[in-house]
Amino acid sequence: MMAEQTVAERTITLEVFRYRPEQESEPTFQTYEIPYREDWVVLDALNYIKDSVDGSLTYRWSCRMGVCGSCGMMVNGVPKLTCSTFLKDYYPHPIRIEPLANFPVARDLAIVLDDFMAKLVHVRPWIIRRQEEPLEAGEYRQTPEELDRYKHFSMCINCMLCYAACPIYGLEPEFVGPAAIALAQRYNLDSRDQGGRERMGILSTHEGIWACTLVGECTTVCPAEVDPAGAIQQAKLASALGWLRRVLVPWGNK
Amino acid sequence: MRAYSRPTEFNWWLTNRTYFFFVVRELTSVLIAAYMVFLLVLLRRLAAGPEAYAAYLRFLGSPGMLLFHLAALAAALYHSITWFRLAPMAITLRVRGRRVPGATVVAANYAAWLVVSLVVAWIVLRS
Ligand code: SF4
Ligand code: FES
Repeated sequence: MMAEQTVAERTITLEVFRYRPEQESEPTFQTYEIPYREDWVVLDALNYIKDSVDGSLTYRWSCRMGVCGSCGMMVNGVPKLTCSTFLKDYYPHPIRIEPLANFPVARDLAIVLDDFMAKLVHVRPWIIRRQEEPLEAGEYRQTPEELDRYKHFSMCINCMLCYAACPIYGLEPEFVGPAAIALAQRYNLDSRDQGGRERMGILSTHEGIWACTLVGECTTVCPAEVDPAGAIQQAKLASALGWLRRVLVPWGNK
Repeated sequence: MRAYSRPTEFNWWLTNRTYFFFVVRELTSVLIAAYMVFLLVLLRRLAAGPEAYAAYLRFLGSPGMLLFHLAALAAALYHSITWFRLAPMAITLRVRGRRVPGATVVAANYAAWLVVSLVVAWIVLRS
């Protein structure tokens, strides 16, 4: 007999949020006791449940390596990428898994993302030129220093952990929110972009940067080190300075 | 598809340390605003003449006002310290192409605070 088979199998308990709109109007929690493996992440545990216990469990994932941003869930109340959250950090205590907070739930652990998608387009996260150069003019060049100014804001994987961590977004769903503002700021800081004023008109509103009261949790939970809280505060500073300049130098109009 | 929207719980700010510190920081603004009102009243009393001012100063010695001042001081300290801790998020300075580290930004804020306090102390204590 092989040694490892004699060892009584260790297990871990998962309390999983279930919502099946066709059969229930309120969500419930379902408890699964599954084998515990030291090298498993929460996503492995969910995959185990789906493959061997309950095929009806619904959740999103793809890359399993913190790149695609689709496996975000609340793990014991904290927004996490479940593919990089190890069971061993919770064992032997049970783990409670819920869909990302502040979003409507489509089914079980899958949230509805439409609101973010609309907001993302709204802030115009692409390079805006007053006039496009002809193709023959060649590419828009950029120095490494210029790239450095916005690079970390461009690392966003749209995982929505920051929205789930933001109490302002929970209380005021109109708030454009951390990731969308960080992406807008990424283009504002891009030396090739000329759409800063246009974008600031959208951002410098009550639903935009001024809704943020700097809780800072978005930056704490971000798995890609985007620092969305920093992006928002920098946009606030830029907007305030722009306003000051318009008031002090009205003829400047720049 | 019938999506389920979860209501925000009333006690959301007790579920996480950062939320708690944040809400307390927002609440300290009330005391700071109250202190501003106090300063305005003080100015009015001063404008109303030496007698009114002296009477107001006596009122300031009462335990209630003392308590208010201590509370306002605590609120201002809490507010400033938690803000300074967040300052590196808002201020990204570059010196010769390198980003100034967050700790330096925080230290600069404290240094500025110290300088302003010294100037105020000098003005007040000079006479
Ligand atoms: S900013 Fe960070 S936490 Fe927010 S969506 Fe992008 S990667 Fe996720
Ligand atoms: S599965 Fe892609 S980020 Fe987790």
